[in-house]
Parts: sequence; structure tokens; C-alpha cells
Amino acid sequence: MSLLKKDKEIAVPGEVLTKGEEYSAGQGTYKDKDEIVASRLGLFDVRGKIISILPLSGKYVPLRGDVIIGEVVDISFSGWRVETNSAYSAMLGVKDATSEFISKGADLTEFYNLGDHIATKIINVTSQKLIDLTMKGPGLRKLIGGRIISVNPYKVPRIIGKMGSMVNLIKDHTKCIITVGQNGLIWINGEPKNELIAVNTIRKIEREAHTSGLTDKIKEYLEKSYKNEKA
Amino acid sequence: MKRPDGRNVDELRKIEAKAGIIKRADGSASFKIGNTIAYAAVYGPRNLYPRFLQNPEKGILRCNYNMMPFSGSGERIRPGSSRRSKEISLVTEKALLPVINLGEFPNSVIDIFIEFPQTDAGSRCAGICAASIALAEAGVPMKELVAAVAVGIVNGEVVVDLSKEEEDMDGAVDIPIAITTKSNNISLLQMDGMIKQEDIKKAIELGKKASQKIFELQKKAIKDKYNV
Repeated sequence: MSLLKKDKEIAVPGEVLTKGEEYSAGQGTYKDKDEIVASRLGLFDVRGKIISILPLSGKYVPLRGDVIIGEVVDISFSGWRVETNSAYSAMLGVKDATSEFISKGADLTEFYNLGDHIATKIINVTSQKLIDLTMKGPGLRKLIGGRIISVNPYKVPRIIGKMGSMVNLIKDHTKCIITVGQNGLIWINGEPKNELIAVNTIRKIEREAHTSGLTDKIKEYLEKSYKNEKA
Repeated sequence: MKRPDGRNVDELRKIEAKAGIIKRADGSASFKIGNTIAYAAVYGPRNLYPRFLQNPEKGILRCNYNMMPFSGSGERIRPGSSRRSKEISLVTEKALLPVINLGEFPNSVIDIFIEFPQTDAGSRCAGICAASIALAEAGVPMKELVAAVAVGIVNGEVVVDLSKEEEDMDGAVDIPIAITTKSNNISLLQMDGMIKQEDIKKAIELGKKASQKIFELQKKAIKDKYNV
């Protein structure tokens, strides 16, 4: 049988998406006899013969390879415990923390202290959701100054844009340094009034993430924000 | 037979459902049925402490049912948990558990807080309906929604969605029942009063029909939030 929903239509858990054996069940769906049913709230999506649900809301789920922004919440002998804005905290071991040599018994607070925010990368997630982090990689560092805002983690791809087009647009206009974490935390550093414009722009993207032609709209919005300022 | 408020036997009280009403919660909903108002807020999945509660196989669900002090019919309700609210918290949790997939969140917890600023009757059912919308809105993976409604006997007749007035009548039977909306399974069934075998079968059938109506409203509430 054919599809019971249009592309990008909202589906609620328990709604039947299609009947028959023609399609197979992807992410966010499950199979019940010959029906494919939504298992979470999201937008209906068909790619080839696979039906999936693109989530609209929810907590961040840690994935290997994601660059996230975390806060140091505890220091132990062997590393730092980092809060990840998900249900689980992560571990940053001494050997992954920096390229410098850290001697035995050194004061670890000299590298990252409690309350510090870091841009870091997830190198492993176990089935029990134990997360390992690393600081080795481009752009991974301690974040000093600036401000951090939190957005819906499922809107992050939209904020980054294709090949970073959206975030580069904001960077070019506001002259701010912006680091977007996959976990929905965004670090912005620049002139205070530019930071504010960047924050407002990101909020606008978050609100209108589902609309098309967003990059042009945001470009217009940024130009307008700066024109108003001069006037 | 006419009911005290003039409804038909299979007619529900007026229902209003809304999703996303509490800004800081991960998911939230309000569910009004007649004079009963339920607000549900979902937090999580999040860290679970104390540690001994953690389950490495799957996450846990915690429900909290609370009637506000001024919510009853006249008398002030003593704040805090009571024997009654603890029981209802537990049955709410058990009613929602079968549809939620907690296997994706080991060692963590999903908290649901259900508050009642005003109650008439059928508060546990309203609470379950609100919690179910809130869970979906929080992006928790779940097989289906849960809809709950009270059925029972008033003046010897099987009716749906009893009001407080009907509940207090002589010989009234009150059966709160929660139905999973797709597979039509029962996840909560309690009873207050005495009932004949054929009547309870009739009552459950009526409850299943009514829960489908509630499901439509729950769906609408969630979709409305995203379609503005």
C-alpha cells in the first residue's frame, strides 16, 4: 500500500506510516506486523525505500566523532569529568587532554579547572554510555571569555548549514568567533553588541529551522540588524 | 436516561489539550477535562542519583502526582505526598511504562511531574493523558501514546467519564482505565464499587471507544504546537 503521510509531515508516536511490505523501517520507526509505525515525535521522511522519522525534540544523544562543548565538573587523579548536556557525563583522560607532557602528580587544575568550558571531541561511547573525550584535533581547546547559549540539539545541523555555510555567514557579519557543539551548546566570542546580534540570529534560525530558503532570510536579517544599528 | 449534567452515556466532558506550556521542561502538556486540570512536565533522560537506583540495563521512569492545596472541592489538601498520591504516582508510572523504550538510556531517569490546580473527578486519567503528550513532546522514544478515561455505572447504567457528582452517587462504580492507543491494550484498570461481569465488559468497550477520541485530541495538541 502507499504512504499514509506526506513528506515532512509531523508524525506522533503510534501513528501508522504505511502498510504492506513495500518499504522498510528506518530510524524512529518500528514494524508491527505489516505496518510501519512512528516511535517518536518527528517529521516523516522517505529516502528510497526507507521510511524514517526526523526527530524534532529531545535530549542530546552522545555519538562517537561529535564535537561538543562541555563543562568540567570534577577532577580526579586520571582526568576530568565533563558535563555534556545529555543524560551522561564524559571522561577526559590525562593522555588525551593536551599535547604537553603532564608529569605524575601534577596539578591538573592548571590545565582545566572546575567550571571551565571546553570544546572537545567524543572518541568513544560504550553501550553503558560511558563517554571518552579527547582534546587532540583542530579547534579543540579551552573556551575563554564569550558566552554560551543552549539550543535544541536537533536544530544544530541547520545552524551549521551545508558545509558550515550558515555559521560562516554569521561569523562574517558579526566578526564573532563561534563554536557550535553537536550537543546544542554554542560558544560565541566577540564584541558584546555583535555577540547579541549573533545570539538573536541563532535563535531565529532555531525558530525557523523547518522553513526552506533559510540562508537567504538570515542574510537579509543580518544586513538589516547592522543597518538599524548605524541609523 | 439523562445524566446530571445532561450528557449522553458515551459523551466525554469538554476536553482541551495543549503541548509545550512549560518553557524550562524538556516536554510539557496541559490536559483539561471538564473541571479537572492537569499539567505535566517531563525532565530527562538525565543523570540519576542516588547511584543505587541506577539500572545498567535500562533507564527508569519516575512519576509524581500532586494535587495543589486549593485544588479539591472545598477543603484544603495537605501539601506533600500522601498515601493516595503515592499510589496514583505508582499506577501512573505503570500505565506509561509499557509504551516507553527506556533501553536507550541506561543508568538514567525520566522524571514526570503532574500537578493539579483544580480537580473534579478522573484526575489520574487526566494526569496520564497529559503525561503521555508531554513524553512525546520531550522526544522520548515510545511505541504509542496512552489515553485514559474513567468508565463506570451511574443509576444502573454504564457511562463514560464520570464527574464528581456522579461518582458520589449511591451505587456508583468508578473504573479508571488507560488504553494504549495503537495496540488497544489496557495498561491501567482499577475499580471502586461492585459491578456485574457483563457490565464491566461493556464498560471496557465503552472506555476503548472513548480513548480513541482522546487520542485524536492528544495528536492534535502535539501537531498544533509545531504548526504555528
